[in-house]
Amino acid sequence: MITPQEVFDILQSKFGEKILELQLQTHNPFIKISSDGLLEIAQFLRDDERFQFDYLSCLSGMDYEKTLGVVYHLFSMKKKHKIVIKVEVSKENPIIPSVEKIWKTANWHEREAYDLFGIIFSEHPDLRRILLPYDWEGHPLRKDYQVPEYYNGMKVPY
Amino acid sequence: MSKGAHLHNIATKNLRTEEMVLNMGPQHPSTHGVLRLELLVDGEIVVDVIPHIGYLHRCFEKHAEQMLNYQQIIPYVDRMDYVASMTNEFAFVTAAEKLFNIQVPERVEYIRVIMAELQRIASHLIAVGTYGIDIGAFTPFLYCFRDREKILDLFEMTSGARLLYNYMCIGGLYHDLPNGFIEKAKEFCQYFRKQLKDFNDLLTYNEIFINRTANVGILPVDVGINYACSGPMLRGSGVDWDLRRDDPYSIYHKLEWEVCVAKGEVGKIGDCWNRHFVRVREMEQSILIIEQALAQLPEGDVKSAIPKRIRPLPAEIYVRTEAPRGELGFYIVSDNSTSPYRVKARSSAFVNLSVIAEIARGAMLADMVAIIGSIDIVLGEVDR
Repeated sequence: MITPQEVFDILQSKFGEKILELQLQTHNPFIKISSDGLLEIAQFLRDDERFQFDYLSCLSGMDYEKTLGVVYHLFSMKKKHKIVIKVEVSKENPIIPSVEKIWKTANWHEREAYDLFGIIFSEHPDLRRILLPYDWEGHPLRKDYQVPEYYNGMKVPY
Repeated sequence: MSKGAHLHNIATKNLRTEEMVLNMGPQHPSTHGVLRLELLVDGEIVVDVIPHIGYLHRCFEKHAEQMLNYQQIIPYVDRMDYVASMTNEFAFVTAAEKLFNIQVPERVEYIRVIMAELQRIASHLIAVGTYGIDIGAFTPFLYCFRDREKILDLFEMTSGARLLYNYMCIGGLYHDLPNGFIEKAKEFCQYFRKQLKDFNDLLTYNEIFINRTANVGILPVDVGINYACSGPMLRGSGVDWDLRRDDPYSIYHKLEWEVCVAKGEVGKIGDCWNRHFVRVREMEQSILIIEQALAQLPEGDVKSAIPKRIRPLPAEIYVRTEAPRGELGFYIVSDNSTSPYRVKARSSAFVNLSVIAEIARGAMLADMVAIIGSIDIVLGEVDR
């Protein structure tokens, strides 16, 4: 078992300013990191002896009004500890590296986040819509989403 | 070489072969709902599987954000995994109560556990019953549905509904147990334990069934964990892992039962048969849990802790529970308004289904049906 504080300290000593913030005053303590360091940090979290976060429980897209973000709920099957990692990106350029190579389960979760939030996961092997039809326009879980009046030229009755 | 074989060799030597795309579903009886699989086959061998989902997408997460308050979300949660509504509600109310720091009376927790375990049996009965049908065994299905009917009767007594209960709410339950429920539930437990033996003789150890499922669709442990599989899917691969014990919630830590992990009595650990058998054994453990909970059931008021009005503060929580299909988690983010800012449902069937290509590659086309059935998906939960 390792505490979130220790995770934060180890990460900060290794990755420096790519680790932004630690929040302990919450139900699930989380660490905010910058998106450009995500891939190597994720790899480190999975492979380092002290962490062994081999199980990505949940990956959620988020719309924080001004920015978009992704929340990773990580867990270690071997060591039984958890951590939450958060990444934020701007709405104009919502590109986050895909962690599909590290945790395969991220494949569908990332497709879902792309589908519903429009977050683009770079180097994702198959970034298509997953829940909505392929010709759907817009990303419905965004807070500023307007329900379209027409779908493929057909008026949608409400 | 016989003359026939010689002619056959001459005939096949100059044949041109190529891979073929075969469409399975969305309207296919063994896809358990509206799942479409694009199969790339080389003769009878499956080369690749591309699942297409979303046919049953009902924007659960968007709806949850649009509700006027948190209690209104519960009927929507019911409709996610529509054959295991109680465990869905259980997961959501547990998450919301932890988020708002609501302490519920012990009686409520006990009743919830009784309902959740009854639901687990009902859900597993559908899983193994329809699995028999997929493979070509019709009779076990009828046995399963006969017994499931008795559980639905118990649910109907309690909540008035047979499928979508809307029974649990944040802070408590909408009704207490009706008169006669405890006796009937005890009766069911005694009855059902005997049925399980019959059921195993009929299906689990049936030679045809074993031939169709053993050594088929083997999921290695490391792949299972990397794909974040959970529930019977992961336990079928021999991982001793159950959230009821390993990340305890509610009153599971007060009860005695064991986690069913595949031992590979038949076939290899991680194959379809072992996943199936984990489910069958889990039903027996659920009976144990129900009996203990019924015996220890404390008195109390099930409505005393229901808040008249929920006034949330900005906070967030991720709570995971063991649903019949595996880890069902809710990530809830609240702000100052009465409706949630964000609800993400981490559905067990969605994640379990994502591994299908890994375990189906190299299998025979007819085994696809066995593999899909052994994952036990409910498309309502996959698509949300």
